Order: sequence, then C-alpha cells, then structure tokens
Amino acid sequence: MPSTRDIRRRIKSVKNTAQITKAMQMVASAKMRKAQLAALAGRPYVQTMNRVLATVTAHAGDFTHVLMERRPVQRRAVLLITTDKGLCGSLNTNLLREVAHMDKNTLFICAGRKGGQYVARTKRELAAEFTYHDTPTFAEARAMSKFAQKLFTDGKVDHVDVLYTNFINTLMQRAELRPLLPIGEIKALEAGVHGENAGDDLGHSAATEFLFEPDAGAVLGSLLPHYLNFQVYQFLLEAKASEHSSRMVAMKNATDNAKQMIKDLTLEYNKLRQANITRELLEITSAAMAMG
Amino acid sequence: MAATLKLEIVTPEARVYSEDVDMVTIPGIEGELGIYPQHVPLMTEVTSGELIARKGGQEFFLAVGDGFVEITGERVSVMTDMAMKADDIDEMKVEEARKRAESRLSEKLSDEEDASVRAALAQSLAQLKVKRRHPRR
Repeated sequence: MPSTRDIRRRIKSVKNTAQITKAMQMVASAKMRKAQLAALAGRPYVQTMNRVLATVTAHAGDFTHVLMERRPVQRRAVLLITTDKGLCGSLNTNLLREVAHMDKNTLFICAGRKGGQYVARTKRELAAEFTYHDTPTFAEARAMSKFAQKLFTDGKVDHVDVLYTNFINTLMQRAELRPLLPIGEIKALEAGVHGENAGDDLGHSAATEFLFEPDAGAVLGSLLPHYLNFQVYQFLLEAKASEHSSRMVAMKNATDNAKQMIKDLTLEYNKLRQANITRELLEITSAAMAMG
Repeated sequence: MAATLKLEIVTPEARVYSEDVDMVTIPGIEGELGIYPQHVPLMTEVTSGELIARKGGQEFFLAVGDGFVEITGERVSVMTDMAMKADDIDEMKVEEARKRAESRLSEKLSDEEDASVRAALAQSLAQLKVKRRHPRR
C-alpha cells in the first residue's frame, strides 16, 4: 500500500509528463498545418504532370529513354522515406514492417534517420542515407532522385520503388509502396501519387497525333528527370505531412492518458487520505474510551 | 467544336490559374506560341517570359518560369516553377532579387548552384519585364 506521499509524488511526475506532451502536441500541430498545406498544394502539379506524361508516352511512338528501359529484375532498390525522430505513433513501425517482408537482396536508399538505423540493424544493404528538413526543399528531393536514377542507369538495380507514408487525413496515414523506375505504363500506376482522379482523361485523345517541339527526344529528355525529381519531392511532402499529423495525434493521446491518470491517482489519494483520518479518529476515540 | 481553351497553370506551390480563355500566348523554347482553340496537339518546353491570356476582349498577363506545356485542341496545361500575375508582382522586391542573383553570379559557384541562380535571375527578369510593360491594370 503506497503512502499518501508516494501518491502525491506520482501525481506530480505525471503532471510534468502531461505538460511536456502537451507542448509537443502544440508544436506538432503548428507544423502539421504547414506540412499539410504544402502536401495538398503540390498535388495538382503532380496530377497534371502524370496526365501529361501518360498522354505523351502514348504518343511518343517508338521513342525510348534510358529511364524507361525495362529489364528483367535481378536487383531492386527501395527509397525508404521515414522520419528522423520517434514519438510519432506507429508511422515508422508500419513502414519498417513492409521492409521486413522484402527480399534480403534489396538495396536501400534511406531518407530520414529511423530508416537508416533499421536497415543497419537488420544488416541489409544501405546504398545511401539522405536527410531532409522539416520543410523539404526541392534540392533535397533532387539529390535523392538523381542518386536513384544513377543506380538505375548504371545497371546496378533494375527496379526502384518508393516506400513512404501517404497522407490521407489527420487521423489516417498509410504506408505505401510505389514504383519509381523504370518509368512506363504510367496508366497502370493509377496516375502516380494519388488514386483519386486516376483514370481521368488518360488516353483521352488517343487517336490524335502529338507534335513535339523541338522533338520528342529533347522534350522527354528533360521532362522525365524533372518528373522523377518532382515525384520524389511530392513523396517527401506527403511523408512530412503524415509525420506531423501522426505525431500530433500520438501526443494528444499521451496527454489525454496522462490527464486520466492524474484523475485516477487523485481519487486514490483522497480515498487514502480519508481512510487515514478515519483511522486516526478511531484511535483517538478508542484511546479516550480506554482511559475513561 | 470548342470555342474556348481551358488554360491551366500549375506550379509546385499551387494551381495558379484555371479558366476558359479565347487565346493564349506562351513563351516557348523556340519562340512565342500563339494558341487558339483547335490547335494541333503539341508538347514543348516553356522558358521564363510573359504569358498572355485573352478572354472576352480583356488580356491577362502573367510572368512564368521554366517548365513544360501540353496543348490539345481544347486544353492548355502549363507546368512551371513560377507563375505570377502582373498585379501581384512587387517591383521593388523583384528588383532586389535580381540584384542579389546578379551579385551571386559573380561569386564562384558549383554547377548546380550556378544553374539555380541563373534560373532565379531569369524569373526575376521575366517578372520585371511583365510588370514594366503593364504597370497598372
């Protein structure tokens, strides 16, 4: 049976914890709003790009690009986008569970420290580890995308996927695996980042001839790398929005739990205090009676 | 037959413009392109410059950066890294940005930095050009 002093001490420590988690929740929710807006604002661009690319590749004729080359898959690479810090609920766990199912031979490109640590701990092969900021910049995405493109064009890997957390809403984020390289069959990719508006307009003008200026090679040659860079950038934005949302929810739960705990402990404390008073009264009266 | 074109301008930050217009002039990589409805499907690159959209006798001016454009008979989709309406351009700020970019160019830069500074400079120049030509609308 703990003494009243023990309980008082526990209440105090739980209160401190609640204060900290509350502060973290505030920080996360401020960041979350920004990250969510950024992720949502980027979607129209990516969707337009997907649509354009889908029509264009359908019309480019027999033109092929090194990034579109399909080879028998001997080695796969995965761009794993995780967070740098923990305390964000099951976000990383969900991602890493996917990793655990993957072939041992898979090569990993990690963005975010948690993924890098996991890959090293499970003794898988880590090709590179990138960092990205709270507000991802396009340059960071370009570095990752360039690296993946180089692995692919050098023939070190034959297929590149991206494993990231798709932001659905504040309460829901889902770990998703999306193919990145080779580019091709874009129609089959559900038009890239998002399922919604997927089939929309694809192959709309299937019969018409497409002109390219100056020519198909030049236009696609600069469009495809840009498309990939941007795709990765959008993945980063989505992952960040998910991270902050998930963290905010986790911290909110922690605060609520701490508050409930304080309530329970206070009740217990009061019960104990009253029991003590009753016992003391009893002792005094029984002593008085014995004297009399 | 469509008598109007759906002009869509998207940047990584937002969908800047999405309206039906009568005609649009785009700064293409091989010179200016004037696009009317029923244009033959075309795909090309955009360079930084001035984009003019004409709608019901009125003209709208935008400064755009590098990017791509996809043209079909009824739709023009411009994907670019910058798009500013003439009214939204702050000349003082842009002038400052231009000077900053120019002074950066004189420093020693890596290829990547050099490219990004040059792109920023081209964007500032395009904005200035649009703003000076149409000071008040």
